[in-house]
Amino acid sequence: MRRTLIAAGILLASQAGADTPVLTVYAGDYFTSEWGPGPIIEAEFEKFCDCDLQWSTGDLLPRLLLEGERTKADVVIGLTSDVTAKARATELFAPHGQDNSALTLPIEWTDDTFLPFNYGHTAFIYNETTMDAPPASFDALLDLPDDVKIVIQDPRTSISGLALVLWVQALYGDKSAEVWEKLSDNILTVTKDWSASYGLFTDGEADMVLSYTTSPAYHMIAEEDFTKKAAIFPEGHYFMVETVAKIADTEQSELADKFMAYVMSREFQTIIPTANWSLPSALPQSDWPEAWAQLPLPEKVLFYSETEAADLQAQAIETWRNALSQ
Amino acid sequence: MAQRAQPINGRAGVVAGTIVVASVCLAFLGIVLRAEPGAGLGPADWQAIRFTVVQATLSALISVALSVPLARALARRQMPGRQVLITLLGAPFILPVIVAVLGLLAVFGRNGWVNDTLGTLGLPGISIYGLHGVVLAHVFFNLPLATRLLLQGWQSIPAERFRLAAQLDLPPSMVFRTLEWPMLQRILPGAVALIFVICLTSFAVALTLGGGPKATTIELAIYQAFRFDFDLSRAALLSVIQLILAGGAALIALWIIPQLPLTGGMDRPVQRWDARGGGQRLLDGLVILLGSAFLLLPLASVAVSGTLGLPQVPASVWAAAGVSLWVAGLSVLVLLALALPLAGWIAIRARGSAEAIGLIGLSASPLMIGTGWFILINPVMDPVRLSLPVTAVVNALMALPFALRILVPGIREALASHGRLCLALNVNGWPAWRWLILPRCLPQIGFAAGLTGALSIGDLGVIALFADPDRTTLPLQMYRLMGAYQTEAAAGAALILLLMALGIFWICDKGARRYAEA
Repeated sequence: MRRTLIAAGILLASQAGADTPVLTVYAGDYFTSEWGPGPIIEAEFEKFCDCDLQWSTGDLLPRLLLEGERTKADVVIGLTSDVTAKARATELFAPHGQDNSALTLPIEWTDDTFLPFNYGHTAFIYNETTMDAPPASFDALLDLPDDVKIVIQDPRTSISGLALVLWVQALYGDKSAEVWEKLSDNILTVTKDWSASYGLFTDGEADMVLSYTTSPAYHMIAEEDFTKKAAIFPEGHYFMVETVAKIADTEQSELADKFMAYVMSREFQTIIPTANWSLPSALPQSDWPEAWAQLPLPEKVLFYSETEAADLQAQAIETWRNALSQ
Repeated sequence: MAQRAQPINGRAGVVAGTIVVASVCLAFLGIVLRAEPGAGLGPADWQAIRFTVVQATLSALISVALSVPLARALARRQMPGRQVLITLLGAPFILPVIVAVLGLLAVFGRNGWVNDTLGTLGLPGISIYGLHGVVLAHVFFNLPLATRLLLQGWQSIPAERFRLAAQLDLPPSMVFRTLEWPMLQRILPGAVALIFVICLTSFAVALTLGGGPKATTIELAIYQAFRFDFDLSRAALLSVIQLILAGGAALIALWIIPQLPLTGGMDRPVQRWDARGGGQRLLDGLVILLGSAFLLLPLASVAVSGTLGLPQVPASVWAAAGVSLWVAGLSVLVLLALALPLAGWIAIRARGSAEAIGLIGLSASPLMIGTGWFILINPVMDPVRLSLPVTAVVNALMALPFALRILVPGIREALASHGRLCLALNVNGWPAWRWLILPRCLPQIGFAAGLTGALSIGDLGVIALFADPDRTTLPLQMYRLMGAYQTEAAAGAALILLLMALGIFWICDKGARRYAEA
């Protein structure tokens, strides 16, 4: 009996496979690994979509630019706000079709192409057992004794590194160069990407690391480690958002729309914090999973629109490079 | 020196060389065709070029200078565990960058063992960050390679010469001048050029240990141009500059290699009567001890943190390990198909400048080759489906210069000792390969294959650009773990990676050697 059931199951599954529509979603490489949000999103979405969600991973923007109109993507998830301008210029994308007013971001979002699905802020993370007097403001960070070492990411190769440069730009404007010079005594080193920086921090090589306000949540929830804290500054923190967008000439337009709606659904929004260690984009804070509601978050949020960022970026990076090359 | 008749010809080598050059040039063409006119190079790029040349030159010279005493000590001593030590000393070279950096920091970092010891003694600590840190890391990576290349040189000196030197009662310094120095003159320039090129393309190490943007290399600028600015013309321009620097270094180095008449020996085991004195023993022992400590302590730290992380390694890491094995096997095959004919061709030429061809694959940024082929493949089929074969081929191209450095002297030596016999017996072409070169060069072939396999296992390379989500390689999986806060599991994966790379190397190297001896 059991064996026939299994056989029937296999038969059904293979028949289903034959004419199930496939939704191809491009995602960043980390996204679909078993530690990323991909597997659970796929499982949950396939429960009701009557489709087969297939991930395709790689460097999102370079890949889209290289493929152009030949892209096989129906939906692209994980484009950050600093690359949306370039992505928009490809004219590959269609309006997302969702209601922006349902978003609960700390900033106003009016973009009708790129739909935020989670967000965070840049922040410096420290270990409270080894750091007695964490800086209480960005100004205090600049005045830290020289033996407190910070590790940051390169704005030329890393999104979080770029966000830091824009953060300093937003806070200090023309005085950015002086700020970087002040900070340079404390900067232990600069790494290519976030992972290397965070590795230096967890190995005890650096006292503070440039990361996200949401990083402590990982340590609290996954490791029950309550010693890692984000230093919250009253001057404000730079906002970082990840978006999802629909490809205009997709053959799976309806499915893609379904996926966009799913992203805004309560189900998706309650999964995403713990799956991607980031804050949900369309869920009131009162409905956040328990540990998340307790996470210290900045009251003030700084953000450049994609056009402002594009204008400022090159100069801000050059200021950073000059000041730290002394 | 007049060119002498040889039992093998260079036709297959020319074909292999053409394939190598074409695969790089086509990738480059793919990029140039897609590129729009860009802004050209700015002051930051020129600073990066300067820094790259300075750090690569220092790293190459220091690595090779230090490898001379180490290789000499290892060549002169027979001790238990010598083979294991030599294999282990090769490990830094095949470690993934980030793992090696964390290992180095465990020893030389702010809270590393060196600074802990200095602190206990009441001495001021040292900082690893800066140009010296970059050079230190590059020496850590490349000292083993230089040592292995030189060790081979020492092994190529026929035993009869040391016997003669002993009969003449030459002191160690004279043995060095008459036997060892001429051999070094042939090997050192090539080794310096090779390591210069390796350090030229370094980027994550240089940035992390360089302490900031003054340690920007050309490769970082290429990465930025490809992935962040998507400025293909700037990326292409920088790639060309990198190729010119590498090619220039290779040509100069290969040009100054003197042509020495090679004479074969009688294959007797080498005995070093000149190295029997107590002072010589002490000196060699000290050199081996220091060299081993420098290379093995960071590895020990990698092994310790890896062992602690092993229980947390998820099953997917093992699947990725299987994929990596497959890629490594394929790149070994591709490598041998290219390197053997090429090495044969170079070996029969009077001057070694053709060996510069081998450096093309290494000095071309893997990102450039990957992107170029992505552009070329994309109109025909989904590049993702070819991601693993392309990775294997790129790995083989990267390993080609090492394989040539290893194979060419062996083939030259085989031809010098038995080439005339082959000609006299009319054993030409494939039979000469079959009966002379392949059997006599089996240890070198095994070494080259092992090195390629190990490098391929540890390489992240082009796969990051277009990975297949269902079939990832071990290094990619390790980086994913690191990117998902799983530092401990990543350390475990790094240990698996290290053991696999060493295992492949050991099997090829040892297997070929044993077979050659049998």
